[in-house]
Amino acid sequence: MRLFIGVIGLYLVAALALPLGLMLAKSFEGPQEEFVGLANYVRYFSTPALFQSIGNSLWVSILSTVITVPTAFVYAYALTRSRIPFRGFFKTVALVPILVPSLLPGLALVYLFGNQGLLKAALLGHSIYGPIGIVMAEVFTTFPHALLIILAALALADARLYEAAVALRASRARIFWTVTLPGARYGLISATFVVFTTVVTDFGAPKVIGGQYNVLATDVYKQVIGQQNFQMGAVVSVILLVPAIFAFLVDRAVRRRQVALLSARAVPFEPKPQPLFDLAMLVYCVVVGFALLSIVAVSQFAAVVRFFPYNLTLTWAHYDFDQKGGGGWASYYNSIRLALLTSVVGTFVVFVGAYLVEKARGFALGRGLFHFLAMLPMAVPGLVLGLAYIFFFNAPGNPLNVLYRTMTILVINTIVHFYTVGHLTALTALRQMDPEFETVSASLKQPFYRTFWRVTVPVCLPSTLDIAIYMFVNAMTTVSGVVFIYGPKTELAAISVLNMDDTGEIASAAAMAMMIFYTNVAARMLHLLLARWLERRTQAWRRR
Amino acid sequence: MPSYLRISRLTKKFGGFTALDDISLEIAEGEFVCFLGPSGCGKTTLLRAIAGLDIQTAGRIEQNGRDISALPPTKRDFGIVFQSYALFPNLTAAKNVAYGLQNARTPRAEVARRVSELLDLMGLSAHGTKYPAQLSGGQQQRVALARALATSPGLLLLDEPLSALDAKVRVHLRHEIKQLQRRLGVTTIMVTHDQEEALTMADRIVVMNLGAIEQVGTPLEIYREPTSPFVADFIGVMNFLAGTVVGDRAVRLGRTALDCEIDGLAAGTEVTLAIRPEDIVVHEGRATEPNTLTLRVDALAFLGSFFRADLVGDASDGVLLRADLPVDLIRRRGIGEKSMLSVLLPPDRIRIYPGSTVHR
Repeated sequence: MRLFIGVIGLYLVAALALPLGLMLAKSFEGPQEEFVGLANYVRYFSTPALFQSIGNSLWVSILSTVITVPTAFVYAYALTRSRIPFRGFFKTVALVPILVPSLLPGLALVYLFGNQGLLKAALLGHSIYGPIGIVMAEVFTTFPHALLIILAALALADARLYEAAVALRASRARIFWTVTLPGARYGLISATFVVFTTVVTDFGAPKVIGGQYNVLATDVYKQVIGQQNFQMGAVVSVILLVPAIFAFLVDRAVRRRQVALLSARAVPFEPKPQPLFDLAMLVYCVVVGFALLSIVAVSQFAAVVRFFPYNLTLTWAHYDFDQKGGGGWASYYNSIRLALLTSVVGTFVVFVGAYLVEKARGFALGRGLFHFLAMLPMAVPGLVLGLAYIFFFNAPGNPLNVLYRTMTILVINTIVHFYTVGHLTALTALRQMDPEFETVSASLKQPFYRTFWRVTVPVCLPSTLDIAIYMFVNAMTTVSGVVFIYGPKTELAAISVLNMDDTGEIASAAAMAMMIFYTNVAARMLHLLLARWLERRTQAWRRR
Repeated sequence: MPSYLRISRLTKKFGGFTALDDISLEIAEGEFVCFLGPSGCGKTTLLRAIAGLDIQTAGRIEQNGRDISALPPTKRDFGIVFQSYALFPNLTAAKNVAYGLQNARTPRAEVARRVSELLDLMGLSAHGTKYPAQLSGGQQQRVALARALATSPGLLLLDEPLSALDAKVRVHLRHEIKQLQRRLGVTTIMVTHDQEEALTMADRIVVMNLGAIEQVGTPLEIYREPTSPFVADFIGVMNFLAGTVVGDRAVRLGRTALDCEIDGLAAGTEVTLAIRPEDIVVHEGRATEPNTLTLRVDALAFLGSFFRADLVGDASDGVLLRADLPVDLIRRRGIGEKSMLSVLLPPDRIRIYPGSTVHR
C-alpha cells in the first residue's frame, strides 16, 4: 500500500509541489536566472501600471461577490422554502453556467452591450468593456457555484426548530433572522469565499470583456505571452496566490464547523403553501433563469446568423473553424480527448489516492502530507499552475520536458487542477463505509486489493461517476490551466474560443463555446443514463 | 491445561496515555473468555492487540506456541465479529460467508458446500441470497459470525457483538453463540461492557479497569468473591458501608459491632464492608442474633420477582442498605414504607476491603 501512496504522492509532488516551488523561486530571479532577492517585487510595487491591478482585481471580486451571493441565496431560498412549480427545471437552468467556459458570458455580453450591441443604451453611456462587463460575466459564471453551496446549507434545515419557533409565537421575519439565516450561515460564508476566489483568479471573463481594465489574472497572461517576462509573471502569480490561499483557508475552517451541524438528527423541513410569497418567488426565479439562459441563447443565436443582430440570415459559416484563427475542428476533438483521458485517468488516480489516505493503516506522516497535497490545488489558480508548468517542464535539465506541449502534460495538469473536489467527493463516499471492512478482510486472509475491488469500488460507484463527470466537464471548459502549455498540435476548444476572440472572429468563438456547452450537456445526460443503468445493475443491495 | 494464548507483560501507549498497563494473561484451548469493564478500560485495545490491529508498545503474545507479537493481522489465525457486523453491503449473505473461502486452491463446489453448511448451522439457509440490508439485526450478526467461522480459525474474537441488538434478540443470541462455541470448541474471546452477558456466557471473566486487569475468575468467583471494591461494584449490585476494625472478627459500624472476617487487618483500620442485596436476611422472630440491625423501610420498588427495599438506620448511624425481599414475605408481613425490620447480615456473606472509600 505504501508503494501506491508513494507513486500517487510522487505524481502530486512532480505535477504540483515542484512546479509551484520553482515558480516561487523564479519570482526572486533576474533575466539571467541570477538571484535578485526582492528586486522583482520592488519593481512590481513601484510600477503603478502593475500594482493598480491588485485594486482592480479586489474591486471586481468584491462587487461580483456582493451581487452573486444574495442573488443566489434568494434563488436557493425559493427552491427550498417555497412551493413554486418546476423546481427541478429552475435548478437545472441555474447550473447551466457550469457547462460553459468562462469566456462565453463575455462574448454574449459583447453582443448585448458592446459597441454595436442591442442593449447598449441600457448602460447609459458606460462601456461594457471594463469592470461592468467583468462583473456581469462573473456573476453569471459564479452563480451556480454559490447556489449549490447555499442549497446544501438550506437543505440542512431542521423542521423541529421551525415548529418550536412557531410554538413560541415568533413572527415570520423573526424566524428568518433567528432560524433560517443562522442555519445557512456557514453556507453563506463558504459561498462568499468561493465566489470571491473564483473571480479573483478567473482569466476568461476579463480577457474577453475587460478591455483596458487590468486585473491580476490578465497581467500574468500579458507578462508571459505578451512580454515574455517570466519573472514578472511569477511575481504576479505569487501575489494572485495570496487571496486564493487566504480564501481557501477560511473556507476550510468554515466547512469543518458545518460538519458538526450535520450530525444533529434533524427532521426535514416541508414548506407550506403561501400564495403571495410563492408567486413572488416564482417571478424571481423566472427573471434570474431568463437572464442566465439569455446569455447562452444569445451566443447560440449569434453563432448561426451572419451578423448578429443586424443580419439575421442563418448560416453555418461561423462553424467553419478550420478557416478561422483558432485551432480549427482539431481543437474540438483535442478537447474531447483531453476530457475523456482526464475523466478516466483522473477518476482512477483520485479515487485510489483517497482510498489510501482514508483506509491505509500507519504511515500517518505520509498520509497527512498526501492529503495536504490533494487539498492544495483548490487554492492554486489555473494560470499560476500553468505558469509553474512552463518553469518546471520546459526547464532544459528536466527529463520530463519531453512532455512539454503534449497531450500528456495537458492531462497531468488538468487532473491536478481539479484534484481537490474529486478527492473530497471520494473521501466522503469512503467515510460512509464501515471502517472494519479492512479488518475483517485481513482476518479472512484476503489481500487489501481484493476487498478494494470487490467491495469498496462497487459501493462507491455512484461517487466515482460523479468525479468522472466533474473532471470531464471541467476539462472541456478550462482555459486558465492549459493556456500556457498547449502546443500547436494540442490546441483545445476553449483555447480556440480565446484565440478566435483575439482575432475578432467573435461569432466563431461563440459557436465553439456552444460546441463545448452541447458536449457537456450530452456528457451529463450520458452520465445520468449510465448512473441509472448502473444503479439497476449493481446497486440492488441498496434497496430494502 | 496447556495455554493456547499466552499474553505476557503487554503494554500499549497512545502518546502519553497508557491504554494497557503490563497485562499478563493465559487462555486455555476451547475456553470462552470475556473481557469485561467500563468503556475506556482497555478491553477493546487488548482485543485489537491480539488481532494485530493495534500492535502493542511492549510485551509478547503467543498463540498455540507461536510468537505472533509482531505479525500483521493477515498472518495471524483468528476470525472477528464487530458490533457493527461490518458485512459487505453489496454482497449477499452467502457471498459474505464465502468471502474468506474463495481462493485459487479451494474448488468452487467445496466453497459452496461449506457456505451452505455454515448457513444451516446458523439457521440462515433461507436467507443466503439476501443482501445485508434485507436482513434483521440478529440475522446480520449470525451472517457475520458464519463469515468469521468459515475459515475454521483457531481463535474467535467478538467485539461487543450483541450491543447493537434489542434486548430479546440479545438474550436469544447469547445462548446460541455459547452453544455454538461449545459445539465447535473454538477458543473465544468476547469483549463486552454488559456484565449479564459476561456472567451467562463466559467460562472465565477478565475484569478490567484503567488499562489493568482487576480480577480473573469464573463468573461465580467474580460475583461471590470480588477481590476489589471496583469489581464488587461493577458486577451486580453491592451495598458498601464504612466501618472500623475494632478487634478479632469485629468491625464497628456506627454504634453497632458486626461479626465478620477481618482478613488480618489491625484494629483501628478504616474499612469498607460490602454485602449484596440478596444476601440480606429479614428476621421473622425476635432479633437476638449478632449482626442484626433494626432498620426502617424508606422506599420499596417492585421489580417483578422481588422487591428492592431501601433500608435506613436512625440518623446518627447513617446506614443505608438495599435489600432484595421476596414478594411473599412483603405480602405475609404486610411490609410497606416506614415499616421497621430486623435484618441479619450473615458473617460469611460480608466482604471487607481496607480503606474507607464508600462507593456511591
